[in-house]
Amino acid sequence: MNFDLTKEQALFQQMIREFSEKEVKPLAAEIDEEERFPLETVQKMAKIGLMGIPVPVEYGGAGGDNIMYSIAVEELSKFCATTGVALSAHTSLCIAPLLENGTEEQKQKYVPKLASGEWLGAFGLTEPNAGTDAALQQTMAVEDGDNYILNGTKIFITNAGYASVYIIFAMTDKAQGNRGITAFIVEKDMPGFSIGKKEKKMGIRGSATCELIFENCIVPKENLLGKINKGFKIAMKTLDGGRIGIASQALGIAQGAMDETVKYTKERKQFGRSIAKFQNTQFQLADLETKIQASRLLVRLAAFKKDQKAPFSSEAAMCKLFAAETAMEMTTKAVQFHGGYGYTREYPVERMMRDAKITEIYEGTSEVQRMVIAASLLK
Amino acid sequence: MKIVVCIKQVPNTTEIKINPETGTLIRDGVESIMNPDDKGGLEEALLLKDKYGAEITVISMGLPQADDILREALAMGADKAILLTDRKLGGADTLATSSALAAAIKQLDFDLVITGRQAIDGDTAQVGPQIAEHLDLPQVTYAENIEFDGKNTFKVKKATEEGYQLLKVVAPLVVTVLATANKPRYMSVKGIVEVYHKEVEIWGFDKLHISEDKIGKKGSPTTVFKSFSRGAKSPGEMFEVGPEEAVGIIVSKLKEKYII
Amino acid sequence: MDIKEYKNVYVFVEQREDKIQSVALELLGKARDLADALDEKVIAMLLGDNIQNKEELIAYGADEVLYVKDKVLKTYLTEPYAQAIYQIIMTRKPSIVLIGATTIGRDLGPRLSARIKTGLTADCTKLEISEERELLMTRPAFGGNLMATIKCSSHRPQMSTVRPGVMRKNDKDINRKGEVNEFKVTFDRSKFLVEVIETVKKQEELVDISEAKVLISGGRGVGNKENFKQLEELAKVIGDKAEVSASRAMVDAGMIDHDRQVGQTGKTVRPDLYIACGISGAIQHLAGMEESDFIIAINKDKFAPIFQVSDLGIVCDVNKVIPLLADRLRKQ
Repeated sequence: MNFDLTKEQALFQQMIREFSEKEVKPLAAEIDEEERFPLETVQKMAKIGLMGIPVPVEYGGAGGDNIMYSIAVEELSKFCATTGVALSAHTSLCIAPLLENGTEEQKQKYVPKLASGEWLGAFGLTEPNAGTDAALQQTMAVEDGDNYILNGTKIFITNAGYASVYIIFAMTDKAQGNRGITAFIVEKDMPGFSIGKKEKKMGIRGSATCELIFENCIVPKENLLGKINKGFKIAMKTLDGGRIGIASQALGIAQGAMDETVKYTKERKQFGRSIAKFQNTQFQLADLETKIQASRLLVRLAAFKKDQKAPFSSEAAMCKLFAAETAMEMTTKAVQFHGGYGYTREYPVERMMRDAKITEIYEGTSEVQRMVIAASLLK
Repeated sequence: MKIVVCIKQVPNTTEIKINPETGTLIRDGVESIMNPDDKGGLEEALLLKDKYGAEITVISMGLPQADDILREALAMGADKAILLTDRKLGGADTLATSSALAAAIKQLDFDLVITGRQAIDGDTAQVGPQIAEHLDLPQVTYAENIEFDGKNTFKVKKATEEGYQLLKVVAPLVVTVLATANKPRYMSVKGIVEVYHKEVEIWGFDKLHISEDKIGKKGSPTTVFKSFSRGAKSPGEMFEVGPEEAVGIIVSKLKEKYII
Repeated sequence: MDIKEYKNVYVFVEQREDKIQSVALELLGKARDLADALDEKVIAMLLGDNIQNKEELIAYGADEVLYVKDKVLKTYLTEPYAQAIYQIIMTRKPSIVLIGATTIGRDLGPRLSARIKTGLTADCTKLEISEERELLMTRPAFGGNLMATIKCSSHRPQMSTVRPGVMRKNDKDINRKGEVNEFKVTFDRSKFLVEVIETVKKQEELVDISEAKVLISGGRGVGNKENFKQLEELAKVIGDKAEVSASRAMVDAGMIDHDRQVGQTGKTVRPDLYIACGISGAIQHLAGMEESDFIIAINKDKFAPIFQVSDLGIVCDVNKVIPLLADRLRKQ
């Protein structure tokens, strides 16, 4: 059993580390302060092929694997969780379901431009009344000749407004409950589709999180993704992959907070020595380092299984659950170790703490992850 | 157009620290990187390739692990890579190094040879001009920009202390480039995924058609008599003095440190 | 090669726009020391088209000035200069050749050493003669973290480049005697393949303090814009490699631009020399500069935390020290 990265993965890690340090880190505070979407960074990422890492070459991607993709989200999130989630939602929640469920025509039409970064992708499942109970969809899709007409709203949609392609879930057969949901590929210019209000959030403030409004939105029949009424399964499978992305984001946040804390505790002197010399500091950081390393191994395991095309649902839930809770704990402690300074925006740790919280909530709350793991364990 | 770019693998000397007690270098954990001036040279070559189409061959003389930087160069967009490695080439000063590299480059087809101005471990800036001499080619050093007229003439912007000069040379020629000339591109993801499927040619001494007394230790007119670190960082001194005396202390410190 | 045939210390005298450069005079000073230790002579090699005051070179230590006069030598280009110096060296057989490590010297030196097939040691900070009458050349390596002493035992001339400002020029002695002789060179002009199209002088550029070798940094102890000007004066006196920077307090007070701020929310710098003027040393500031090679701190308060990281600490009123320091350096 080889725990080392392959030569390609190691070379990739070297590249993305340099990219994050030089391109992402300098903008992170500003992105958060101004609640600004990191558009220029995404354009730079597109240029070197980061927007299509695990996409096969025949669809315009880089032909990389999910381990590389997870490393990318981790390294970006170390400095800026906003940038990390932009990549994660785009890759795992938009490109992946297209590759896994699309017809050849759909794949050829949408994937190359998404993989090249010319288009950004998004995913719309959550509604005002359908969060954890995702099956309670109220957005309706009614057949009308060659089209479907969509009516309803989605909320908390990442990349909204900047994305050109949205994977949208709507009810085609209300009587069937979660077996009556269908997935659609919606383009931003389709008539009847508009972006609603932008959320003011606690963290990942640069991420564009908006409402999507469908008012008699006309979606051509050829944009039905997968099979009719089979949308819920697509959503669940897509979220499994998305969990690897979010877990990687959480892992990156935790690692970033740890790096900052190690630096600060070595520099800060009180009572005649650096606070890193106190056993209280050492023991707590030791525990946190162990959890971060454990998170990493769980993330890599889930990514590895996905690459092997083996079932990975439970592993994805575990890595997301554990990495998110570790990120929350690490960032909270990071602020504590920084003392008063950690509470100010002069240091990045308060932002990391605000950013970490969402990882315990979106793409399946920690409660949902526990449901998934238990279901797999006790079946 | 055919371009040969010489690159060197060096320890990242900005990360090297001195052991505060013994005063010796701590080299452990210091990563090896592509020399920054060389990377600038490679990027100049890639910019020419973008604009005019070119075949870029990167060559590195070093230990087997110099394969890492050759792969990096390929993933950035170079076309061919040659690793010049042989025990016999070891222990070389700049003259012997440049002789070996020139002997290798002589066997390649090229319009332009690019090297970095200097390496961050040796800091001599000698190998590039010496290669030019061995190849009997015109040289331009301290280049910040290389332009091509599409036919056979290069226009090079050379940095000087006062500003810069624009120099015109007909191919073939040797140019040494500064890291500040450009912002080197990142390796592309696709480039990285494919790079270990490509071949890095390995050349040894036997490929070089040069006599053994021109390379390695035998070919090196200079030798290191001794090397030493600057000494452990002494604990800071403090002086509570009047302004005149303060200035005296500071001035002698500045002289000691070659600042003035 | 018979080592014994090679004698005397030769200095390449760099000129730009017909003006002899200071580094050449510094090298003459050092050459004098070396020649005296060997009981040999110092010969200055000057290439150009219309250089006045060649006798100055004798006043600064040369016993002979070899002057090569040709239009093609007016402005430096590699091949004409290399051919001229090569011919001098092959004819005169110097034991030692010193060249200033400027953009010119670092272009010419290696080309020459490869043509002659001898050893060249770059950026020497120390030159001395050993008991065996060999030149010992000491220079920094590994980004300055290591010093190495180099020898060139079996080849001649022993060549060395030295950066401007490292050696000291001797006091000008107008009573020194010496000769100025013209040296005729036969050029192979077919090899002159590089042409200068344009020469441009630098305009004021945007400053990046992280590139500066010397930073003079002001904090609250500096106090006002007038005192801040003194830091700028000091930077000017030290020269091109020095820049002014500041702590956040000074930037917030509007005394200086944000792009010169050092610290947690500013830039991280690692200059060769950091002079902290009236800076207390808050942790956010230290984070941005504690990796500097050498730190001098000047502050009235002897308990200021900056003194915990400084290599040289001066407890004194910074606004009295800085102008005096600038004055003293100007006089040098």
